[in-house]
Amino acid sequence: MDLLNAIVLLLNYIFVPALAYGSQLALGAIFVTLIYGILRFANFATGDMMSFGTMVTILFTWYFQSIGISLGVLPTALLAIPFAIIFMIIYMLFVDKFVFKYYRINKSPPVQLAMVSIGVMFVTQAVVRIIIGPADRRFFDGEKFIIKAGEFKEMTGLNEGLAIKSSQVITIFVTLILVSILFWFLNKTKTGKSMRAYSDNEDLALLSGIDPKRVVMITWIIAGILATIGGALYGLDKSFKPFTYFNNMLPIFAAAIVGGIGNPFGAFLGGYVIAFSEIFITYAYKKFFMYILPESMEPETLVQLLSTDYKFAVSFTILVIVLLYRPNGIFKGKVL
Amino acid sequence: MGLIILVGIFQSWNVALSIFNMCLISAVMTMGANVQWGYAGLINFGLMGYAALGGLAAVLISVDPVQEAWRAGGFDILMCLWLIIVMILAIRFILKNFEKSNFRTYGIAAIIVAGIIIIRVTAEPGIEAIESVNPAKTGFLGGFGLPIMFSWIVGAFFAGGLAFVVGKVALGLRADYLAIATLLISEIVIAIIKHEDWLSRGVKNVIGLDRPVPYEVNLQATEWFINLVAKFNSSKLELISNVADKQAALNQLVIEGSSVFVKLCYSGLFLIVVIALLIVTQKALYSPWGRMMRAIRDNEEAANAMGKNVVKQHLLIFILGSAIVGIAGAMLVTQDGLFTPGSYRPMRYTFLIWVMVIVGGSGNNFGAILGGFAVWFLWIEAAPIALFLINLFTAGMADTHVLKIHLIESVPYFRYLMMGLGLLLIMRYRPKGILPEKIEIK
Repeated sequence: MDLLNAIVLLLNYIFVPALAYGSQLALGAIFVTLIYGILRFANFATGDMMSFGTMVTILFTWYFQSIGISLGVLPTALLAIPFAIIFMIIYMLFVDKFVFKYYRINKSPPVQLAMVSIGVMFVTQAVVRIIIGPADRRFFDGEKFIIKAGEFKEMTGLNEGLAIKSSQVITIFVTLILVSILFWFLNKTKTGKSMRAYSDNEDLALLSGIDPKRVVMITWIIAGILATIGGALYGLDKSFKPFTYFNNMLPIFAAAIVGGIGNPFGAFLGGYVIAFSEIFITYAYKKFFMYILPESMEPETLVQLLSTDYKFAVSFTILVIVLLYRPNGIFKGKVL
Repeated sequence: MGLIILVGIFQSWNVALSIFNMCLISAVMTMGANVQWGYAGLINFGLMGYAALGGLAAVLISVDPVQEAWRAGGFDILMCLWLIIVMILAIRFILKNFEKSNFRTYGIAAIIVAGIIIIRVTAEPGIEAIESVNPAKTGFLGGFGLPIMFSWIVGAFFAGGLAFVVGKVALGLRADYLAIATLLISEIVIAIIKHEDWLSRGVKNVIGLDRPVPYEVNLQATEWFINLVAKFNSSKLELISNVADKQAALNQLVIEGSSVFVKLCYSGLFLIVVIALLIVTQKALYSPWGRMMRAIRDNEEAANAMGKNVVKQHLLIFILGSAIVGIAGAMLVTQDGLFTPGSYRPMRYTFLIWVMVIVGGSGNNFGAILGGFAVWFLWIEAAPIALFLINLFTAGMADTHVLKIHLIESVPYFRYLMMGLGLLLIMRYRPKGILPEKIEIK
């Protein structure tokens, strides 16, 4: 019984939140990695592009709510996401045409492109804040919980409750579906294969008749889809605030690099690695040990490896260690 | 420069001088980044961390030591310091005396993990004791109680020390990896400063640091200063015939004058730093060493083949540039008189400085200073400019129009828009900056 309690405790406080957070990071990390693999630069505007996509989603959600459309138990935002994606893709292609294309054609060094992406970051951030403001916004509606802690306790008779938010389940499901489609696309379709070829060796790809313009365009389209969905899911699960999105760029980068930058599957797993280690290391295990250890050995302190203040620092430290010992990431990067 | 004088005339001299001072500080930071990026092509997105360390130095140098806290937990903290040194020595010993193998790697990992646990156990009671000493006012160890001006040098050493560690770790990485790694390391530094309350009170901030210049309140009571103000404004004062009114007007002028005077003192100090750094960096740029740095930047392999130690020189310039940023961080805290770790954000302390470097012209010290001035001025004055433009374009709309109200409410965010557009335009049409690098070959 105590063991079950302990397991439920870990599930409730570590496993479920980490899985949801990891999925959100994974989507962002695949976005970073795709841009890096195909366009060959570190995109510092990642977080702000995601916040742009989320902003459009929120605007559509508000519009749908105002005309009375809803999905019942599901959040209205799910209905708004496809429309937001269209906007986001237009925005991405617009940015590419007027900003990035020039440097790509001139074959500028990656550092210059990264600098340019900082310019894009500033502008996107300004646009988001001018349109929707810097405040914290929640746009989740519909049923909030799938299982409530109290109900779970009653159902199983355990001391520990397990609460699963519907936003967490939606996040995990949508991520899994999206990522499977993406891998199917990259590995099985002709366009996907041409993208991988382009990422692997640009000149060879050009020689074999792959149209670079098309590859770049499709990359931005996929990036737009990933950014919007990743951002919207994060916003649904937590809340939307432009500043947090900017900060999320850092763990997302960490996830992409830990997984091996340029490698989408690595990025996908990297998201979970970062999320789990952040939560594992900063969780206070006192209660857990109270269940599994006999009473005489109960710990007096919180049994916390690092205080939660260092949540971000954990992922960055992992990144630094990975960079030092395996600069290509856990899964060898730079092959799409 | 002219623009700042215009602000002085139209808004107030006080505002103009505070902008000018911040411009000088920004110029120092930009010079630091420029030394790394312009001279050696090293990309450092960790400026924020070095600036914060400079600020930390200002706190540790100038605050009086808190005797009680030292008695309560000083011993534990010193023990920890020893433990850290022992740990580093042990790791060095293993690195030197054992062949590279999996066993060695795990051994080092074990030492680090064990060390962290031991340090946490020893430090915990000490930290708790320190933080509980009068937590509303102190709750930290305090500093050395030295004049704050020392911290400018110490800040440079702190930042340089961090740069040494970071450089040893990260400099081998490719440019964009280096950018990300430095950015993340600076976030770690900020996280530590924010949450280790025993060191600098963390997010509770340290306020009321000493000043190298007189306080306004003291100035307002000093004889010579009142006479000075009276002399400056004699023509204005003579117009007022009533004695009481005259006295009131003089008092008002003294209050205004005192804050202007204090800011002028700061400007003087900062100007000395800027000029000294400018001379040193200019000399360095045209010295054989500068030539070598440019050679390394432009073609690493060739420089290496010519027998230049690229790794060592990269590390050196990384430390020098970071040290300059550290000075700027200490100057900033000296001017503000308070240290607020929560305010260190990458947007303001890393990316904005980079905009300055790129806009001003990388590789050119005058360009860096110009960039610091121009960008900081725009950053501050963006809101009024944006307000003016909005009013101009929405002149036809009623004052109650939703769009107009919304735009006017979001005026502060137009500065990001201006910075971003400025950066994009400069990168596109003048990729070398306003004042491009000029190297005369004799």
